[in-house]
Amino acid sequence: MNARILALHGGLLALLLALHFLLPVYHHGNLARIMVLACYAIGYNLLFGYTGLLSLGHAMFFAAGMYGMGMPLYHLGLGAELAFLAGIAAAGGLALVVGLLALRTVGVAFMIVTLMFSQAFYLAILLAVRWTRGDEGLVLAGADRVLFGLDLTDPDIRYLLALGLFALCLSAALWLVRRPFGRVLVAIRENPERAELLGYDIFRHKLAAVVLSGLFSGAAGAAYGLMFGYVGASFAEVHFSIFPLLWVLLGGAGTVIGPFFGVLFMFYLIDISSGLTPAYMLVAGVALVLLTLFAPQGLVGEVRRRWLRWLP
Amino acid sequence: MSDPTKPGATPADPARRAALKTLAGAGAAAAALPLWARYTHAQSAAPIRVGFQMHATGIGAAYGRWYDRTTRAAARVINAAGGINGRPLEIVTEDDGTDPRRGAEVVEKFANQHRVDVAFGTLFSHVVIGSAPRAGELKLPYFVVSEGHHVASGMLNRWTLQPGITDVKSQVLAVAPFVAETLGRKVTMIFPDYAFGHDHRDFFSEAIAAQGGEVIAKLAIPPTETSFTRYFPRIPRETEVIYHVMVGPAVLTFVKEMGEFFGPSRPAIFGFIDSLEAVDLRSPGLDFLEGTYFWEGMPRYVQPDQTEFDRHFRAEVGIDENGASASDPRDVSTYAHMFGCWETLYIIKRGMEAAGYAGPQDRQKLVEAVEAMTDMPESNEHPQGAKLFNGRTHQVFGQQHVSRLENGRLDVVRTVPLEETFYPDEVDYTTRPF
Repeated sequence: MNARILALHGGLLALLLALHFLLPVYHHGNLARIMVLACYAIGYNLLFGYTGLLSLGHAMFFAAGMYGMGMPLYHLGLGAELAFLAGIAAAGGLALVVGLLALRTVGVAFMIVTLMFSQAFYLAILLAVRWTRGDEGLVLAGADRVLFGLDLTDPDIRYLLALGLFALCLSAALWLVRRPFGRVLVAIRENPERAELLGYDIFRHKLAAVVLSGLFSGAAGAAYGLMFGYVGASFAEVHFSIFPLLWVLLGGAGTVIGPFFGVLFMFYLIDISSGLTPAYMLVAGVALVLLTLFAPQGLVGEVRRRWLRWLP
Repeated sequence: MSDPTKPGATPADPARRAALKTLAGAGAAAAALPLWARYTHAQSAAPIRVGFQMHATGIGAAYGRWYDRTTRAAARVINAAGGINGRPLEIVTEDDGTDPRRGAEVVEKFANQHRVDVAFGTLFSHVVIGSAPRAGELKLPYFVVSEGHHVASGMLNRWTLQPGITDVKSQVLAVAPFVAETLGRKVTMIFPDYAFGHDHRDFFSEAIAAQGGEVIAKLAIPPTETSFTRYFPRIPRETEVIYHVMVGPAVLTFVKEMGEFFGPSRPAIFGFIDSLEAVDLRSPGLDFLEGTYFWEGMPRYVQPDQTEFDRHFRAEVGIDENGASASDPRDVSTYAHMFGCWETLYIIKRGMEAAGYAGPQDRQKLVEAVEAMTDMPESNEHPQGAKLFNGRTHQVFGQQHVSRLENGRLDVVRTVPLEETFYPDEVDYTTRPF
């Protein structure tokens, strides 16, 4: 079983590496974006898919990573390597604080509290205009976007680094969910009272899941800003909290590779349908409704239900 | 994917050769053409592709609709007159959802999938700022129609230009003398508390001080605010002029509540038409604005001294004398801004013709040709008025208008010549690498 799982996940990474040499330039660029956004979705899935906590405010962690990286780089001239780590640390710190407060609630209240925190974070970005340039955001100069001597304005380097980050996030998620820690998260999702009765500290496990989820999201945000040279408040808006929920639902909540396929599907659904009709949002909406009706567990979730029951 | 014109290309197989032989007779007439004629024909047949980054959805949709209509009208007129360098102009439209993330993706799509020659038409500042870095990396000339100060401030790159519409800093500089001389010197500013509002706050505070006036209060309204009554008591009693630049759907509420607060005895009021673009000025609740003043880039209502160029522009885009669609008087245009698309397309045409533009390999030559431009005389190509382009800052300058709202229509009371809208350069893009 281990071999199957390794072959599947390793195979996906190998395929993505092969695509680096095969894809036309436009799709090559898209896939780099998709892999970074998939890291965000993987982080969201840890909390939602495995722990059963539905957050409506994850954009704040993505944006905390992005601004935590971008502001020291822009204002203090911090190197890209340190700035990237600063971004991840900012997101992790924010997740810890938000987790400590928001986890005092459950269910709908948790959704509302995370949404409110996220909105407060978004408004803080708008109001701290002296440092963030408000809604306009910051442009990171190409000369500053050099990571360990690698120029991030180069599309090949960008793709390979995106793949590296995705490989790291995917492996970390796979390792986490197959460890006892991951099993406890699933137990909390399925029956929190029972998990507690068995002696597990529910709060600490949930808090760890929030922080880990925040770290993944922050790493994705920091990488996105570094790779594409723009740090903007729109990444902290509420719709950017809804996206990871959609990606994870479409791809398959509680599956390790589901989030990647969710992002891929959604990205190309918008991209292709917008080329066919101006009413592309309608097309996307109908496709989402159909998918929800006929594959309620998402793409990979449906594959697991029908054929591959061993999928993690 | 071998190219038969290159040495070492795979030779055609025998069957293909035979097929070509049988076709040779039928193709004799074409083959009889001299080489240069066939080359010219091939070149002229290929359209110049302009990627139009449109705000079709999202907060910019009202502007996007009119930017689209103006762009299509300009392309039609340019094509009817022979196109660019004898090649037809083709507009390739992509919706960016007025979102910087999608904006950057759309720029990539233009460059790498649609293979456009240039990208153009972006309005909202945050979308421009989010998209411009990618345009610079892809070495795609990016002509924005945004009126933001971001181009001239130096924050963007050599590939991003704004030659078809003036920027907010020159607009504010242009209207400050009118405000000080005609309306009053003690000004209270009411503006949205984000970058667009802050630009107005900073530029106008400086400009009015230079006129001997002062901003005595600055009321920053948080972007999520839907009711404004609690802000009005903060307006100092000695205020002579209120300067407002509220935008978005709450603007009608803002005006209505301001009217309720002041009643008949109000200070002079000056605003930017940006707040009320695509809005019918006779809408209920806006009557309070009667007798107040607005900046306009291009007068929405036909003026007594209407130029033949304005007449031509209105006719081609399909705009009536009140600035609404000729086919639906309720469909009000974004007249103070949308001329920028028209003028920018003509600048792309002029730049390509000056550079002898033949294809994407000449993109750098195109940018250099536009940088070399200076005077743009008032004409059918520039119906808003004469302009002066500053190649160093990639920003154009032009005349500005102050209009008074009377009987539900705006009439120009002062036109500020372009010479009075200059400010010192903040960047020299020509020294930056491509």
